[in-house]
Amino acid sequence: MEKSFLEWIVYIIQNYGLWFLKGAGTTLLISFFGTIIGFIIGLVFASIRTIKITHNNFKKILMKIINFLISCYVEVFRGTPMMVQAVIIYFGMQEFMGINFSPTVAGLIIVSINTGAYMIEVVRGGIESIDIGQLEASKSIGMNHWQSMIHIILPQTIKNILPATCNEFIINIKDTSVLNVISVTELFFVTKSIKGAIYRTYETFIVVALIYLILTLTITRIIRYIEKFMDSTDKFTPASSTMPIIFVKKTGEK
Amino acid sequence: MRKNIITIKNLSKSFGNRRILKEINFDINEGDIACIIGPSGSGKSTLLRCINLLEYPDSGKIIYDGKNILTGEYNINKYRSKVGMVFQQFNLFNNLNVIQNCTIGPIKVLRQDPKEAYKTAMKYLTQVQMSSFAEAKPKQLSGGQKQRVAIARALSMNSRVLLFDEPTSALDPETVGEVLKTMKNLASSGLTMIIVTHEMAFAREVSNKIVFMDQGIILEEGHPDNILTNPKHERTKTFLSRFIINE
Ligand SMILES: Nc1ncnc2c1ncn2[C@@H]1O[C@H](COP(=O)(O)OP(=O)(O)OP(=O)(O)O)[C@@H](O)[C@H]1O
Ligand SMILES: [Mg+2]
Repeated sequence: MEKSFLEWIVYIIQNYGLWFLKGAGTTLLISFFGTIIGFIIGLVFASIRTIKITHNNFKKILMKIINFLISCYVEVFRGTPMMVQAVIIYFGMQEFMGINFSPTVAGLIIVSINTGAYMIEVVRGGIESIDIGQLEASKSIGMNHWQSMIHIILPQTIKNILPATCNEFIINIKDTSVLNVISVTELFFVTKSIKGAIYRTYETFIVVALIYLILTLTITRIIRYIEKFMDSTDKFTPASSTMPIIFVKKTGEK
Repeated sequence: MRKNIITIKNLSKSFGNRRILKEINFDINEGDIACIIGPSGSGKSTLLRCINLLEYPDSGKIIYDGKNILTGEYNINKYRSKVGMVFQQFNLFNNLNVIQNCTIGPIKVLRQDPKEAYKTAMKYLTQVQMSSFAEAKPKQLSGGQKQRVAIARALSMNSRVLLFDEPTSALDPETVGEVLKTMKNLASSGLTMIIVTHEMAFAREVSNKIVFMDQGIILEEGHPDNILTNPKHERTKTFLSRFIINE
């Protein structure tokens, strides 16, 4: 007897649930760590970009070269599809450098580099949105560029760009599907295999769509919760104040 | 004679092709309270920022403790830690609370022991009457409170000179007094200060030296009694006539 639509769905979940679970695990693993590594790439390179050399011509030229190289990196990885990057990097490394990564490791590297290119711009925007007075004040007490970045500027930047970073994570969950071209056994790749085994394209992809949706919605919720929690840690009540506290809304502050 | 701390020689600075500072010469000795006055755009802030190297001068010398710090060999960050700055917009570190604002420099730059840094910071926060706010975040403070914390932050570095760029200009009129009072206390404690200000009565009271700047040069300088009551130049007179000095 021919199965109905719902029966197929149930059948797929019952028989291939574990496959999906493994695929989702790989997808989550690659997109989570890819986002974190990309985030770190963004912090480091954007911090390098904001170095200002006021004197010393040799260092000025050196900085120009470094900035140019960073721009190239950003433009190339933002201007080409990740699927193409995946093929070039994965097979390029095998052919020309004789490096044989497992597809999963290669996938992680590709997602990290790709996310990094986007995060550099996000972090730079974040740094630029911080009042210049913060950097000047840190310099005025003798901090060098990296001390200023690590202790003053980046903590404030990170707080501002957390939503954008989480967004990048969500995008990565969906975009890791292109890694099926290099046979990473992530969710999409698994789905194709299941489809090949049971010849039910429509039902299989409905199931995987639901799984992607559950992943992204759950993560969005978790992120919102974390954001709320972080905001609530800002409250302050002086235990023993001898002076009245005056809550002033941003007096003359930008 | 009091010991010389900073000597500025022929210091010039341009932005684009506009010359903002033209061959400035300027001396600061230990214990000096110098007030820089002058019309808007005359280069007062730029001079102060050059002294702190937030702007890098185009030419000239800044001699600190007998050494020119503009040679490229001198450790600029070390120099900056000796010359503190208090900004018009306070610029407290927004991600840190009051006590952390005052200890981060001593711990990270001066490599002080955190306990020792905490003690020093608390001493100065008490001096500016902000110790009960040690755990507060900057955004929970009023303007005057922020500025007093900013002063404590600069003091915690044990700087030899403090630079103030219009420290009361961004404040509500009610809170100007508390900051000026704090600064007067500092002045009487013997700290060396360079203050850009429009508070003429305050300048007269605390300073031993008034510097009048106009269009990128120091037009005249001297004891407040001379400059404020008997200015030589017409432009100084015109400028001062806009202020009513209460005695
Ligand atoms: N970073 C900059 N780039 C270009 N021009 C600048 C810069 N900083 C200052 N200037 C210009 O230099 C001139 C002097 O500025 P400065 O801030 O030193 O004046 P000031 O005496 O402090 O004035 P005020 O009393 O208004 O604070 C102004 O005309 C200003 O427009
Ligand atoms: Mg100014």
